[in-house]
Amino acid sequence: MPTPEEDATVSSAEFIKAFRVMLLARVLEEKLASLYRGGMIKGGVFLGRGQEALSVSVGLHLRKGDIFAPLIRDQAGRMAFGDTVLDTLRTYLGSQLGPMRGRDGNIHRGRPREGYYAMISHLGAMIPAVSGALLARRMKGEIGIVGATCLGDGGTSTGAFHEGLNAAAVEKLPLVLVVANNRYAYSTPNARQFACRDLLDKAVGYGVAGHKVDGTDLEQCLLTLRKAVRAAREGGGPQLVVGDLLRLVGHGEHDDARYVDPALKAAPVGRDCLLLAKDHIIARKWASDAETSAWRKEAEEEVNSTLDKVRLEPGPNPEEDDWMAYSKPEFAERYAGA
Amino acid sequence: MSSITYLEAIRLAQEKALADDPRVFLYGQDIGNFGGAFKATKNLAKEFPGRVFDAPLSEDAIIGMAVGAAIEGMRPIVEMQFADFSTCGFNQIVNHAATLYYRTGVPCPIVVRLPSGGTSGGGPFHSQSMEALYAHYPGLVVMTPATVEDAYSMLLEAVALDDPVIFCEHKFLYYHLKSERLPESVLPVGKARLARAGRDATIVTHGAMLHESLAAATELAADGYEIEIVDLRTVKPLDTDTVLASVARTGRLLCVSEEWPWGGVAAEVIARVTSEGFGLLDVAPQRLSAKDTPVPYHPDLWSVHRPTASAIAEVSRRLLNI
Repeated sequence: MPTPEEDATVSSAEFIKAFRVMLLARVLEEKLASLYRGGMIKGGVFLGRGQEALSVSVGLHLRKGDIFAPLIRDQAGRMAFGDTVLDTLRTYLGSQLGPMRGRDGNIHRGRPREGYYAMISHLGAMIPAVSGALLARRMKGEIGIVGATCLGDGGTSTGAFHEGLNAAAVEKLPLVLVVANNRYAYSTPNARQFACRDLLDKAVGYGVAGHKVDGTDLEQCLLTLRKAVRAAREGGGPQLVVGDLLRLVGHGEHDDARYVDPALKAAPVGRDCLLLAKDHIIARKWASDAETSAWRKEAEEEVNSTLDKVRLEPGPNPEEDDWMAYSKPEFAERYAGA
Repeated sequence: MSSITYLEAIRLAQEKALADDPRVFLYGQDIGNFGGAFKATKNLAKEFPGRVFDAPLSEDAIIGMAVGAAIEGMRPIVEMQFADFSTCGFNQIVNHAATLYYRTGVPCPIVVRLPSGGTSGGGPFHSQSMEALYAHYPGLVVMTPATVEDAYSMLLEAVALDDPVIFCEHKFLYYHLKSERLPESVLPVGKARLARAGRDATIVTHGAMLHESLAAATELAADGYEIEIVDLRTVKPLDTDTVLASVARTGRLLCVSEEWPWGGVAAEVIARVTSEGFGLLDVAPQRLSAKDTPVPYHPDLWSVHRPTASAIAEVSRRLLNI
C-alpha cells in the first residue's frame, strides 16, 4: 500500500511515462490530420487534442485483464491501455491487416478479446456493455477487475447514459465512467446540453462516487484517476469522473469549429494540457527542453516508419470478403440476383 | 406425465440451459423471485442462486449488459417483458449485438426473449409482432416457434448458438397450447417444417398463425381442398428451399402473418418465390397480414385485426378458384 504522502504525489517516472504517451498520441493525430487533408484517410478523422491528459490517466491506471471502452477522443488512453500506432494507422488507412479488416474504421476499433472494446457510434452505449462485462467477470469469480469507459458532455444527455449508470450502480459494479466536459457536443455548447450546475451533480443522483478534475492538468488527472480506479477496484462501486477541459479541434477534421467561444479559448480551461505537462517537467528539471524535443522526434520517427509500412498494405478485397454477418456460415441467406 | 404448456416449455428450456451450462444466466425485469410477468422464470432464481437477476426498468441497459457479458464468454438470456418494449433496447440489439461479429470477429451469443403477438385486450403496446423488424438487420437470427416442442428445443438451440437470437415466443400460445412430451430430436435452425401435407395450395406461416392456418385447412378439407402448410420456425435464416418445394407441388401460395403487411415476413417469402420460383406458380401469390393500423385494444376490433381461421379460409378459397 502506498503511504498517504505517495498517494498525493505523482513520481517523475509516472508523469514522464504519461507525458510520452500523450506526446505520441498528439504526434500520431497530427499525422492523421495531415493525411486527412491529403485525402489519404478512408472516412472521417476525430481527434483528441486537448483531452490527452485526462484520457491517458484512464488508460495508465488500468491493468492487463481490465476492460476499457474508449470513445472518439481517447487516442492517448487507448495507447496507454495497449493500442498501437500500427493498429491505429491500419484502421484509419483501411488496411486489411488491421483489427477491423476494413469492416469498421477510425475510432471504432478495438480488440474485445483483450478487454479493449470497439465502440459503436451511439453515445452511452458502451456504459451498459462494460457493466455487463463486469457482471460476467464477477459471476466467474474474478475480483479486483475494473472496467472504464469514456464519454463527453453530450453523451451524458442520452438515455443510454442514464440506464447504464443506474444499472451499474444497482449492481455496485467496478465501473469508472470518465466524462470529458469539453464544452461542445459537436457545435452544441453546455448551456444547450444540460441545466444542472455541474455534470458532477449527476453522481449524487445515481448514488455513485463523483470526482472532479481539471482536465488540463496532467498531475491532477493522474491523481484523480488513480483514486477513482482504486476505489472501483476495492469495491466502492461505480465512479463518475468529470474532467473540465476544452476540445482544441473541431468535432472532426471536417469541422473548423468556428462556433467555439473565443473567451473559452483564452480561459484556463482552454489551455493545452500537453504544453502544460511539458512546462511541468521542465520546471521540475525532470528533463530538459532538448530531451522533450528528442522524445517528440522519436515519436515522429515511429509514426513515420509505421506509416511507410502501412501505406503499402492491401485494403480489403471485395471479391475475397466472405460477406458474412454470422459466425455460422450456413446462416448465410441466398438472394436471387444478388 | 402431465401435459406441458408452451409457456412451461420455455421455463423448462431455461431451467435446462442453466443446469447444463454455467455460462448461462438470466437478466430481465421482475424475473427473479417474482418469476416474471408471465412466470416464464418461476422458481429459477431459487433453483440457481446468483444466476437470475432482476434488472431495473431499462431495456437498453439490459441488452447492453447482455452484450458485454457475451463478449466475456457468458450466454445471457434476457427477457423483455413484452416484445413491444424491445424498441427501448433496439439500439443495443441492432447496432451492437448484430454488428459485433462482422466488425470484430467476436461473436455475441445472447438470446433476447420477446413475448410477442396479440392477445385479447392487449392493445397497441402489448401485442406487437416484431420478427420482420429484427430480421431486417444482418447478424440476427430470428426464431418464431409455433409449437410446444419448438418453444423448448429452439430456445435451447438459441442458447447454444454463437450468434445473437431474437426469440419471438407467442403469448397467445402460452397457456392453451399443450404437449404430452418434450422432443428428443429436432430440426436444425433455419429449417422449416411441413406442418400439413396437401396438393392444392401452400400456406406459409409462422407463430400463432400456424394454428389459425391449420384450422382454415381443416375447414377447407371439408370442401375437398387439401392445403399444404409450411411452418417457417425461423424467419431468419429463412428456408426458401422448403417453401419452393411446396409451391412446386401446389402451384399456389398464400402467406399468412400476424405482422403488419409492409415489409413483413410474408412480403419476403413472396419476393423469394416470385424471383426464384416464378414458373412454379399457377396464379399470383397472395398474403394475409394484420391490418395496417396499431393493434386495437377492444376484443371485437382485435379479433378481426389479425388474420383468423375464417379469413384465411376465405382468402384461400379465392386463391383456389382463380
